[in-house]
Amino acid sequence: MANTAVADPNSGVTRAQLAQRHGLRIAGERPPLAEYTRKLWAYRHFMTAYSRAKVASSFSNTQLGQLWQVLTPLTNAAVYYLIFGVIISQNRNVPNFIAYLCTGVFIFTFTQSAALQGTSAITGNLGLIRALQFPRAALPITVTLVQFQQLLMSMVVLAGIVLFTGEPITFRWLLIAPALVLQSIFNVGLTMIMARIGSKVTDLKQVMPFVLRTWLYGSGVLYSVKLFEDRLPGWAATALESNPILVYIELARYALLDSAYPEHIASSPLRLWTLAVTWAVAFGLGGFVYFWRGEEEYGRG
Amino acid sequence: MADQTQPAGNAAVADAGRVPTVVVDDVHVIYKIHKGATGGTSPVAALKRIVSRTNAPNIREVHAVKGVSFTAYQGEAIGLIGSNGSGKSTLLRAVAGLLPPARGAVYTLGQPSLLGVNAALLNDLSGERNVVLGCLAMGMSPEEVKRLAPEIIEFSGINERGDFASLPMRTYSSGMGARLRFAISSAKKHDVLLIDEALATGDRKFRARSEQRVRELRDSAGTVFLVSHSISSIRDTCERTIWLESGVLRMDGPTDEVCDAYEGQK
Repeated sequence: MANTAVADPNSGVTRAQLAQRHGLRIAGERPPLAEYTRKLWAYRHFMTAYSRAKVASSFSNTQLGQLWQVLTPLTNAAVYYLIFGVIISQNRNVPNFIAYLCTGVFIFTFTQSAALQGTSAITGNLGLIRALQFPRAALPITVTLVQFQQLLMSMVVLAGIVLFTGEPITFRWLLIAPALVLQSIFNVGLTMIMARIGSKVTDLKQVMPFVLRTWLYGSGVLYSVKLFEDRLPGWAATALESNPILVYIELARYALLDSAYPEHIASSPLRLWTLAVTWAVAFGLGGFVYFWRGEEEYGRG
Repeated sequence: MADQTQPAGNAAVADAGRVPTVVVDDVHVIYKIHKGATGGTSPVAALKRIVSRTNAPNIREVHAVKGVSFTAYQGEAIGLIGSNGSGKSTLLRAVAGLLPPARGAVYTLGQPSLLGVNAALLNDLSGERNVVLGCLAMGMSPEEVKRLAPEIIEFSGINERGDFASLPMRTYSSGMGARLRFAISSAKKHDVLLIDEALATGDRKFRARSEQRVRELRDSAGTVFLVSHSISSIRDTCERTIWLESGVLRMDGPTDEVCDAYEGQK
């Protein structure tokens, strides 16, 4: 076959040399990290527009539409009130258990949905990926932006519940803002990690519910965190108390619930903030680098 | 092969002042197909596969492109023809950087954009919003998008039968969807645009308009690849044609010669 070895019969250069001479690059090559970050920043308008569009379309098939953004967390809280406040009617020694529980549930849901929807951040957008070239990291970031908007809604509901159950407004309430920002950074990193793994391992989606259920029980959402210290050996309790979701839940409870601090927060505020920053930086940076290293693989296969 | 000498000579002569945009160097593409679930899909089995890093047992390898080489230059429109399953679409995806070649290499100038029939945007969103998002995703600035959006909707012709631009894309007919997608993708100047059967879905009027658009893109120093089963639309838009058969480059040369040979063979 003539077409395999021959390059440019006239000048005697190979095709690779010809490509190099004219500055052609290998198709689908991954740009260096700094250039990639710059490109990503240039796509900020795309990310905000895409997340707004996703929020707008997420309830487009329902009659009540956007109202569900508030109704979903409210219904959630109502169910927990019914089970733990009326039926079981035990507060597990936590004063204001309903508010304690709802804070845990809402904060946990934020990271849970990051992990769940992260797995489909790439696989759910294959059409877009295969048609257009843009930094793929824009997709997991968009997922987090959508969830952040939903989180803000549930925070409004939570504030209502907390006040309604008789908690005072203190200056500590201001701390909820940095706590949520740190959790969001952690979530972006987690979403990127899940997106890369999920793009390769299509079975991950089937396994995630089990992992998340375990994580739920290990995060002190449904009971007092102090329970770990009472029931588990010291090293296990310490390990569980360093678990990122538990750290962010404790921070939110520390900020919003005057009745829970200090009796029902296992760690000191200093330890909580240190851990929260550490987890955010480690996952934010680590997740981004991990995702970037897989850039040329997305959309293939 | 006798077919080979003529186009190779052609390319070498033309190379004298022209800039290559796509260099395909002895490319082989082998990809994996999932044959679908054949059991072993329980969570336990899934976990086991993740831990042991093995592939599911139901994967088969297909050698779709076997040692294809060619060079495309600025301002060329190149048609790709061949029977079904001859590797045309696979080759385009390799040029777009979406399928890694198993051997050989593809070099491109800038980032090629692939426009296929199933390049779905967001079906739950209105056509207008899809236009905005698509343009932003191609790297346009918000001001540019604002300026171009009406033109894009106008070009796609989706508003010819009432106000469809404000309806969700899932309510569009397949032809309308394809027209809108083509209108969005072709709104930007691409160094290399790969079109995979996307023009086939439109009606005659739209086809004429899109062929005009392809010519404009080509004239603005881009390179356009067109995969189509419609030989007439290739004759209308492309001056060079590559004929693939079972993953092997069968012929590469002026459209009329290659198309005549292709039709003569049938």
